[in-house]
Amino acid sequence: MRIVCPFCGERELGEFTYLGDAKPQRPAADAGEDAVYDYVYLRDNVAGPMSEHWYHGGGCRAWLKVTRNTLTHEISAVEPAAGAGAAKVGA
Amino acid sequence: MKYSIFSLARAALSGHKNWKPTWRDAAPKDRYDVIIIGGGGHGLATAWFLASEFGIRNVAVLEKGWIGSGNAGRNTTIIRSNYGLPGNTGFYELSMKLWERMEQDLNYNAMVSQRGVLNLYHSDAQRDAFARRGNTMRINGIDAELLDQAALRKMLPFLNFDNARFPVQGGLLQRRGGTARHDAVVWGYAHAASELGVDIIQNCEVTGFTRDANGKVTGVETSRGKIGAGKVGMAVAGSSSRVAAMAGLRLPIESHVLQAFVSEAIKPLIPGVMTFGAGHFYVSQSDKGGLVFGGDIDGYNSYAQRGNLPVVEDVCEGGMALIPMIGRVRLLRQWGGIMDMSMDGSPIIDKSPVDGLYINAGWCYGGFKATPGSGFVFAHLIARDQSHKEAALFRLDRFQRGAMIDEKGQGAQPNLH
Repeated sequence: MRIVCPFCGERELGEFTYLGDAKPQRPAADAGEDAVYDYVYLRDNVAGPMSEHWYHGGGCRAWLKVTRNTLTHEISAVEPAAGAGAAKVGA
Repeated sequence: MKYSIFSLARAALSGHKNWKPTWRDAAPKDRYDVIIIGGGGHGLATAWFLASEFGIRNVAVLEKGWIGSGNAGRNTTIIRSNYGLPGNTGFYELSMKLWERMEQDLNYNAMVSQRGVLNLYHSDAQRDAFARRGNTMRINGIDAELLDQAALRKMLPFLNFDNARFPVQGGLLQRRGGTARHDAVVWGYAHAASELGVDIIQNCEVTGFTRDANGKVTGVETSRGKIGAGKVGMAVAGSSSRVAAMAGLRLPIESHVLQAFVSEAIKPLIPGVMTFGAGHFYVSQSDKGGLVFGGDIDGYNSYAQRGNLPVVEDVCEGGMALIPMIGRVRLLRQWGGIMDMSMDGSPIIDKSPVDGLYINAGWCYGGFKATPGSGFVFAHLIARDQSHKEAALFRLDRFQRGAMIDEKGQGAQPNLH
């Protein structure tokens, strides 16, 4: 598996660290316990294309949003994640 | 059929041409008292314990492929009970005791071999942590011995004792731990369950649940038609989220890939199981002579049953750091399995929120050693609607209650357990 970093180009997997499913959103500070439980612990555990967060620690140190098929490891899209890395290129 | 020295002699005298299949490949009936989804070790063990211990014999095990084709046939065959936390300690020792009598119970040779499991330590701090773990085990009646370097030099002279960065200082040994032949465990439970009337149904993939007006599960829809059931238990680690989703449930589980490796056969070298304490590497030697080894999960969600090269490199580096001479050995095969990684690294054996559906899941990469214990406590739960006392903490709602069993203390990050 190789990931085409939008900043660095195609790089080998060892340069990247995995966070996981990009779908869960941190609940508001005043959200109830159930919302926090859902965010921290429950997962869709998608079998198929999934949007997920990877960190390019061995390269540009940007967070990336990668669309990858968990059944085949095929990567269909890579874009900067919202936040610091994306801000650098105005994405 | 009952296996004995006499049946072996009879078969030998007739040129081994008259062996019968050891279990019955059944077609589905309309209805069963209990359906177990998943024909791996855990599912088959559950069916056998339901029939033998709890008197429920109208049972079917549904397997989407062939029995033992998932993680039961992909693990590295290690059995041990060297856990340190309440919840785990007692459960894995229950399982260890069941391993010790399994072959007599099942009338089947599962090649259970108590050749010892040795965890190596490489620093004073790690020695102290292992001493504490060993003490926890001994307080709970489990065998554990802390060995120093001199003892290990006699046992394992080929280790890289004087490595400048990670010297081997000693190890924590559980002599009762060891290995078992994973396929024979599957076939043994299939054999014994089949003898008691359990239907083992292959190529039968569950595609949905049938429910009554109150939402209670009344059976399953499968690729071989609808089958009714009083109760349904799922033991499909790796695919738990997918099966649970058919009942509208989301689980605290991610599926990850774990790789394992076997080398070409060599003369006897590794006497037991050993784990490197300074990296991700563990190894044993199969009776055929191959070194069976592995390391950490790849670290990303996957249902692909294959991994990637960074972990191959990491595992082999670990092996070279510990036993430099294995660099001369050629790798024969390498494969991957799908791990049910739970959010605290411990399993879930509980009733589900859906009436009539029972969950056995979240085994991470440690399910094989739990096979007999898991089958016993899951059968107990299904038969009596009550958790066995050694599985009482493996609750599905423990994450919501803050009652995690986090052996590594990593928090809710499945790829770190």
